[in-house]
Amino acid sequence: MTSPGPVGIVFGPTRLPVTVALSLGVVALALAAIALTPLVAADATRQDIMSSLLPPGADGHLLGTDELGRDILALTIAGTASALVGPICVALGSMILGVLLGTIAGYERGWLDTVIGRWTDLLLALPVLLAAIVVSGVFGGGYWATVALLILLFSPSDIRIVRAGVLEQSARPYIEAAQMLSLSRSRIMFRHILPNVSTLVITNAMLNVAFAIVAFSSLSFLGVGVPPGTPDWGRQLTEGRAIMLDNPAAVIVPALLIIVVACSVNLVGDWLGQRLTRSGRRA
Amino acid sequence: MLAVRVLGVLGILFVLSIVVFAMLHLAPGDLVKNLLGNRPSSPDAIAAIRARYHLDEPLPVQYLQWLGGALGGDFGESIRLQTPVVDAIADRLGVTLALTGLAFALALAVAIPLGVQSAVHAGGVVDRVASALGIVGLSAPTFAVGLLLLYVFAYYLPVFPVYGAGDGGLDTLHHLVLPAVTLALGLGAIVLKLTRAAMLRELDADYVTAARARGITDATTHRIALRNAAIPIVTGASLVLTFLVGGTVLAETTYALPGIGTLLQDSVLYKDLPVVQALTLLIAVVIAVIALLADLAYLLLDPRVRAKGVSA
Repeated sequence: MTSPGPVGIVFGPTRLPVTVALSLGVVALALAAIALTPLVAADATRQDIMSSLLPPGADGHLLGTDELGRDILALTIAGTASALVGPICVALGSMILGVLLGTIAGYERGWLDTVIGRWTDLLLALPVLLAAIVVSGVFGGGYWATVALLILLFSPSDIRIVRAGVLEQSARPYIEAAQMLSLSRSRIMFRHILPNVSTLVITNAMLNVAFAIVAFSSLSFLGVGVPPGTPDWGRQLTEGRAIMLDNPAAVIVPALLIIVVACSVNLVGDWLGQRLTRSGRRA
Repeated sequence: MLAVRVLGVLGILFVLSIVVFAMLHLAPGDLVKNLLGNRPSSPDAIAAIRARYHLDEPLPVQYLQWLGGALGGDFGESIRLQTPVVDAIADRLGVTLALTGLAFALALAVAIPLGVQSAVHAGGVVDRVASALGIVGLSAPTFAVGLLLLYVFAYYLPVFPVYGAGDGGLDTLHHLVLPAVTLALGLGAIVLKLTRAAMLRELDADYVTAARARGITDATTHRIALRNAAIPIVTGASLVLTFLVGGTVLAETTYALPGIGTLLQDSVLYKDLPVVQALTLLIAVVIAVIALLADLAYLLLDPRVRAKGVSA
């Protein structure tokens, strides 16, 4: 029986649950908002002290303005990129790190496995947010330094999942056959084993995007990671808290957006995981 | 057994203290500049500050001085507050303990019965509502939920105060309701997920079928199953802790509560290294102690583990 592969499994004939369909819609909208960023970037950062703290529905400002007179709608759309691009990079980076280190640990075993295992144990014991606040806050760093830090802090779960998958695959006859053909170790690892653990990797990366969105926005809410003045949902909420009475939209809109987007990505990830593991079991 | 665990934990804390110390002291930023701010600096003033904070000693000596003080309960002086670190932390501890205690009680009181019910009626209405709540609790950032609750229940319907910790007693409790609910949502979601999964597994077990066959009431059967499900729930305590540490910082910041979380945030942003160093270690100690207690609870909850532990 041939395996339909991850793409076939996901997009094969299926009845999409309503919640998942909605979630996919939300994710698509958010990605579209990132594409719109260049159009609103000028509006988002233009300060106009004459029209500061306008309530929602004011002339030309659908969601009103903040205390610097920046348009909340433009600011929110422009903040999407900062809220999502970093987390997506975190999930991808930690996936790559996880695939490399996890495959090596699971296939080569020996001292490499021990070292990588201890390293993941150590990182897993750290509360991610605390470590990120302290390191990113004290070292400063900025957006991409925070991305790198979070990749490091997120990688243990990927490493463990890949390692467990590789261990399970290594015991199978096709790997023995590949070894008999004296294929190179890297070819066995990355051409033969990796495709068979890819479903685990993809699912975990999706869930990591959701967690990274939460971690990233939390950091920027605390004033760490995103430099002041950058349009970003977390920062908007810090600044919006002070003007909640004058313009509630400055808080409600970005807060709802973070919640809805994080839940949607999580739901899509869960659904993806269920579909992939179910068909994995069938195969 | 226990002694080995405790020694292991002490070892980890020791290594952690070195790592944190080295990291904080290698971070960019100049303590002297921070302290002097915009005031004009004379070489004498700079020398006095350097001497006071032992900045001229080599790093290992500075560490040993810090360690010596720390073992005697002296964590140095806060640079931002100009008070001993221990006092600064003690001032803030009460609010944080009250907040986390309240949130914990709320989360357990709601999530465990809800988890049991959604496992018993898996796929039913209760289960669906609970799983929707669980998704929101797990993936919505604490501060976003907090700000929405703040808007609805403090501005729109002014039922609760906007910020601060109140004047003690009932007033403090009143001030802590919203932050505790915010924190409990995330905590409860984790406990709910653990409870539901553990209960589903237990309800499938032979002893439950046997109990049902003998005509034992549902309520009693569920109680027996919950006792067995308690072990994986307690083992999941580490997940809860990891969330709690970050969640407390966020909840306190959202509601401007003078607790440990806001102290950590302020100290990090001000680069008040003695406080950051002491707080990271304090949190590490709390996490280690609770993890140890969770292991001990394991002993209490599972007679099999207890029997093995004694014989080994």
